[in-house]
Amino acid sequence: MNDRNFREILMGLIPLAAFLLALSIGTLLIAILGINPLVAYRALIKGAFGSLNAIADTVVKATPLLFVGLGICIAFRAGVLNIGGEGQLVVGALSATIFCLNFPNLPGWILAFIALLIGLIFGAIWAGIAGFLKAYFNVNEILSTIMLNYIAAYGMNYLLRGPIMDPLQVQLGSFIPQTARLSQTVDLPRLIPTRLHFGTVIAVVFAILVYILLWRTTIGFRIRMVGQNIQASLASGINVQKYMVLAFILSGALIGLGGAIEVIGVHHRIFTDGSVSGFTGSAGFNGIVAALFGQLHPIGTIPASLLLGALLTGANKMQRVVQIPSALIGALNGLIVLFVVGSEFLRRRQTRIMEKTAEVKDSCKTVHQEEKS
Amino acid sequence: MEAIIMGIIKSAIRLATPYLYASIGETLGQLSGVLNLGVDGVMLMGAFSAFYTVVKTGNLVLGLLMAMLVGGVFGLLIAFINVTLKAEQGISGIGVYIFGLGLSSLLFRVLIGTVQTVNGFAPLHIPWLSKIPILGEIFFQQNILVYGAFLLIPLSWFVINKTPLGLSIRAVGQHPEAADSLGVNIVRIRYLTVIIGGILSGVAGASLSIALLNVFQQNLTNGMGFIAVALVYFGAWRPVSVLTGALLFSTVNAIQIWIQVKGINIPSDFTLMLPYIVTIIVLTAMAKRHVRPPKALNKPFERGE
Repeated sequence: MNDRNFREILMGLIPLAAFLLALSIGTLLIAILGINPLVAYRALIKGAFGSLNAIADTVVKATPLLFVGLGICIAFRAGVLNIGGEGQLVVGALSATIFCLNFPNLPGWILAFIALLIGLIFGAIWAGIAGFLKAYFNVNEILSTIMLNYIAAYGMNYLLRGPIMDPLQVQLGSFIPQTARLSQTVDLPRLIPTRLHFGTVIAVVFAILVYILLWRTTIGFRIRMVGQNIQASLASGINVQKYMVLAFILSGALIGLGGAIEVIGVHHRIFTDGSVSGFTGSAGFNGIVAALFGQLHPIGTIPASLLLGALLTGANKMQRVVQIPSALIGALNGLIVLFVVGSEFLRRRQTRIMEKTAEVKDSCKTVHQEEKS
Repeated sequence: MEAIIMGIIKSAIRLATPYLYASIGETLGQLSGVLNLGVDGVMLMGAFSAFYTVVKTGNLVLGLLMAMLVGGVFGLLIAFINVTLKAEQGISGIGVYIFGLGLSSLLFRVLIGTVQTVNGFAPLHIPWLSKIPILGEIFFQQNILVYGAFLLIPLSWFVINKTPLGLSIRAVGQHPEAADSLGVNIVRIRYLTVIIGGILSGVAGASLSIALLNVFQQNLTNGMGFIAVALVYFGAWRPVSVLTGALLFSTVNAIQIWIQVKGINIPSDFTLMLPYIVTIIVLTAMAKRHVRPPKALNKPFERGE
């Protein structure tokens, strides 16, 4: 029994090992670029944790990653690969912003509540498209969600360059593609006098809710069953298609909510730099890394998001101090995914060993019983 | 009007190039049972390597070779993770994409920094053929990578359908157990197709950065590699149908560029959106056809007891 516990702990350490491996390759890269890795990492750590503001920024950066990561947990657990976090964040943010711009006179807290709800609903719809196409037309969901990302990004760019551009920008003739600042009454409350906002609390609450959903409810059980074994699910009468769509909708709802919170908690407007990840900062992809790093467990995704948030925040500082482009973190994130998914074979071998041991024990038991009788 | 249509067709032929290289490479991998969704990341690395080499040496052939080398190394990495470590292929593909996107952006920022252009492969007029009216101008005044892409179609068709290697590839993708019992080395075949796929993705990237656009910037491909994967579904794993799909997309691209150049009053964001919308429609339409993917696609091979 002790042996088994030990092995389980060992398995839990896999993501950490993957992270360290990715980090050491990153160190090598930095050294090749002719920069002292120690100096670089000192800047990174200082940037992420060096002051109260830095820590707050790390948490603020981690918040959308957590929302995306939670959405990914649900989708991946159902066996559907939702790579559309980018698009779902954009759609959630955009719909919430448009609502706030059109009803500036509602009381602040009502406005904020409805804005979050709208972000959630539109995120769910956007992901639902991919879920529907997957379940009923067998359209590869990775491809459809990637395409939906681009459609959302270009749609946002169009709106920001025209219909919802800040009237002030038009008046001044500077035409920066962004909306007006939303009414201050809709701002999410700050937790401490930093940029840290109430959205983080909402994210953590949702992490617990997702855990309860997946492991304490029938719906969650069925979602996980569909993900583990479609044949068995069909055999036991589960409507597989329905649960695939549902997983996508829940996934998109969380991510859309995350997008809306980015607007009313952090930026208070939408802007674009013309590129597809201008507004999201690639959180839609980084959230996938967080979820995988957190072992597709909602609670595990919390520290994973914090770690990635720290990397991203620290990387900005590193870029300023030692001129290492923050794109380094993108490369490291890719490596983390590869190492985590590549180490799955260890886990499979482990399960096989455990199954075999169980089989041997069972057969021993039968032999004993036969001897007795 | 004639001139416009000819212009669009000519640029459609050109623009089909990256799709063709990447899709044919992906077709080979998928036929052997490996789904590689990281094509876009490999294309970006190929595009960067070629571009950087040309900036430093001015040697286009060397640039192309570098793209092939880097693409091949990525192919090896993908094969190792998917075939040897038997990873979940959808997720590992996303890892490759994020890694390629991040690394190419990083290297670009550090080694080049600013947007600049290079003199890429110039159009190569094929003697005699290029003099044919209309057709000559459309088909035989292109650069060498365009010719290569179109030659790849009959070549890959031949390899897949008429050679023992092609038979092995298809067997490994359809019935790995049967292939294994006949002594086909599944691991070797899958490594081979995935590495070739990587090399071709590298060339696809190079065709953008040193032949068609002659620039490099972050995320240069804008999801082209994912569309290339979609084209494999569209083409139902047959090179000739992949060609049809590639031409469909390159025509959409050509029209979109023409609209922008002409300054026709459609917001550019809408025209830029077009290829992605078409991809979703095409993938949905494909679902109604009765073409099945290779049976072992996305399934790592485990030898039974």
